[in-house]
Amino acid sequence: MSDLAETTVINQHLIDPEICIRCNTCEATCPIGAITHNDLNYVVDASKCNSCMDCISPCPTGSIDNWRQVLREQAYSVDDQLTWDELPEQGELAAPDVAAPSPNTSGGGSVGATIAPKSAAQPQTLLFGPSAATPYARATVVGNHRVTDVGHDYDTHHIVLDFGETHFPVLEGQSLGILAPGVDAAGRPHHARQYSIASPRHGERPGYNNLSITVKRVLEDHAGNPVRGVASNYLCDAAVGDTVQVVGPFGSSFLMPNHANSHLVMICTGTGSAPMRGMTEWRRRLLHAGTYEGGELHLFFGARSKAELPYFGPLKKLPSEFITTHLALSREPDQPKQYVQDVMRAQAPELARLMADPHAYFYVCGLKAMEEGVLTAMADICAAHQLDWAQVAGDMKRDARLHLETY
Amino acid sequence: MSGINYSEKIPNNVNLGEDRTLQRALEQWQPNFVSWWDDIGPEGSTDSDVYLRTAVSVDPQGWAQFGHVKMRDYRWGIFLNPAKEERTIDFGDHKGEKAWTDVPGEYRANLRRIIVTQGDTEPASVEQQRHLGLTAPSMYDLRNLYQINVEEGRHLWAMVYLLHKHFGRDGREEADALLERRSGDEDNPRILGAFNETTPDWLSFFMFTYFTDRDGKFQLAALTESAFDPLARTTKFMLTEEAHHMFVGESGVSRTIQRTAQVMNELKTDDVNKLRAAGVIDLPTLQRYLNFHFSVTIDLFGADESSNAATFYSTGLKGRYEEGKRDDDHVLKDKTYPVLIAKDGGLETKEVPMLNALNEVLRDDYIKDSVAGVERWNKVLTKAGIPFQLRVPHKAFNRNIGALKGANVTPAGEVVSDAEWKGRAGEWLPSNEDRAFVASLMGRVVEPGKFANWIAPPAMGVNRMPIEFDYVRFN
Repeated sequence: MSDLAETTVINQHLIDPEICIRCNTCEATCPIGAITHNDLNYVVDASKCNSCMDCISPCPTGSIDNWRQVLREQAYSVDDQLTWDELPEQGELAAPDVAAPSPNTSGGGSVGATIAPKSAAQPQTLLFGPSAATPYARATVVGNHRVTDVGHDYDTHHIVLDFGETHFPVLEGQSLGILAPGVDAAGRPHHARQYSIASPRHGERPGYNNLSITVKRVLEDHAGNPVRGVASNYLCDAAVGDTVQVVGPFGSSFLMPNHANSHLVMICTGTGSAPMRGMTEWRRRLLHAGTYEGGELHLFFGARSKAELPYFGPLKKLPSEFITTHLALSREPDQPKQYVQDVMRAQAPELARLMADPHAYFYVCGLKAMEEGVLTAMADICAAHQLDWAQVAGDMKRDARLHLETY
Repeated sequence: MSGINYSEKIPNNVNLGEDRTLQRALEQWQPNFVSWWDDIGPEGSTDSDVYLRTAVSVDPQGWAQFGHVKMRDYRWGIFLNPAKEERTIDFGDHKGEKAWTDVPGEYRANLRRIIVTQGDTEPASVEQQRHLGLTAPSMYDLRNLYQINVEEGRHLWAMVYLLHKHFGRDGREEADALLERRSGDEDNPRILGAFNETTPDWLSFFMFTYFTDRDGKFQLAALTESAFDPLARTTKFMLTEEAHHMFVGESGVSRTIQRTAQVMNELKTDDVNKLRAAGVIDLPTLQRYLNFHFSVTIDLFGADESSNAATFYSTGLKGRYEEGKRDDDHVLKDKTYPVLIAKDGGLETKEVPMLNALNEVLRDDYIKDSVAGVERWNKVLTKAGIPFQLRVPHKAFNRNIGALKGANVTPAGEVVSDAEWKGRAGEWLPSNEDRAFVASLMGRVVEPGKFANWIAPPAMGVNRMPIEFDYVRFN
């Protein structure tokens, strides 16, 4: 683990002592006691701060909103900061090719990687948002298609957003936030709702400044009561030509490798397929352009029924030598229930080979409940193939080969 | 006015819509408040859209909503910090008992007095500052002034809420009186002296927000300890807003110093006349303004020995600053505290029972906090290579309350004769000439991104907006 610690870059939260007026608001606001002070300065303890951003808006001065990328082991200590007269400059990083986890980005718990694959493209994050120079970007809805048959309790849409003249660079696996208009019952603006980007880096349509997201609105809860998710309903009901407010991009670790003969193992449920669509489509375009440098694609895709699988139609058109697809349907009439972990177990020898392959990268995206099932299946597959799961998991995390994005 | 839905119009977390009595009381008070705002609120601001921060809830997300609004339509919310279950009283004779959600009958008069005194300062400062918009040094500063004005208005709402909710008819009468008194009015003045002084220019405004709003911070902090839980929760939230006011003062003075230092370096002079001719405020004048505002403000803490202060503490109405961080018994019956007195041509300390000296305790905490900010101003001078340092005057200088009243103490702490003090007062306090000079610099600059010659631009804009953002839209 020491290798990981040495190469992990953190975005260290600092307070500008030249602008801070020592009003104590941040310390009083911080929910986890990460801020402290002496007679000279207010400072943030890097070992405690979880970048929740609660302290940012109450600060009257703006001094609170300063960040420096540093190697975790070289983070500025509380004692150092307490003596500062001014902020240090952003230094050169010893490991510049390592992506920094950004605020608001979860690392996927203790098993998932917190860094991007070495050959991943460099992501850009937080270009638009409350702590960026511009609070949001404007995008125009240029497409809104239903991608599943509408069920009685769900409705999934593929939505294409065009950014016009605005630079909103994304990579496959990143996400963005949508600010729904209006206020909630307490009279405050809605939180940004985060969506994975479903299109590849060069646009939903290559060369256009657009991208796509997959939005599912749930119409009924488990008890059959009607429910209305604010942002998802807003988006599903959006008309072509409508303008929406977008924040982000978010995410700097759930990114695909780009080196020759790197393999993708994509495990997802429902709208968790969005990043998998982006990655698959990027590689398909390379293949189509004759520049594909090889690598296997394996997709494990779970849903309740075929009708609920977004992009099921287009998926079937991909050649089997390019991608192997394993569907798991949990509520298809007249068929036994299957979950993604079941079809993974059915492919155990293949997955065991891939888990041990340093060029195979695993991506898990979907409902939180699937995460445990998938990890258990991986552990079982290891046990059955003379692999030490603890060792494999540690290696995969260290090498950024296992990425978890569940909600 | 009964058609107004107050639970919608006034963001609140006190279930305003469910309390019909309170709703009726506020329905009667609200038009008077708006009428007060129209009469005596910021002059010439009626049609402007101002980039204001509005609190719509007490959590970090709802805390700071920014947008252009007309001040008259500002959503004056009523917010209490969330209640802590089973909160107990931390000090005084009731220490360890459960905090009160209602006013105990025996403390009703004292609590009302505390709330009215605090509440009275809020509209008072709006009145004191009402002409400043006409001489703003920039659009950015104008916006900051307006932000302070609406938040003082919101703080008035916070106190009026407590009066209406917990003090019945007396409370309603007091709430009405808060709109009737006027800063500086000979017949019906505001309660505290410093709130009847005028705020004639922007240097006074910055000094006022640095020093006098800091008094507000310490008074509010002492009230956040109160056994009367609604008062504690209300003032806790107000403190977060008060921080902005002190920021305006601290950064305003700092930018003034920065600009003066810049011109001193450009002209390579510390000659007062040359600097004044160059249109910046010389450092000795800044020092005199500082002496004045500091000494007037520390009087606000009251007499150094006060039986009222002892009563307020022992009965749990008002604690000390950061009561929870002190490691004494929080009852203080056997403790003493040194207070300063003038005696035999000198100053000496006298140990008095701490309970009676609690005004002095709060004043000393305040002084420590004030000095720290002045040292930050000095860093601006040090950084510019100017060999001049501003100093907070001695605690006994220019005092008009308590044992040090009329003690003829210099800013350095030396006791002099009455004649000498009067003869030299012009060295220490702003003269009419100083004030006239500062006033002469106060021309209105409100083109986005432009600043008056006497003040440097800020390090950053509001809410990360650019400095040249149109913070105020004149319609």
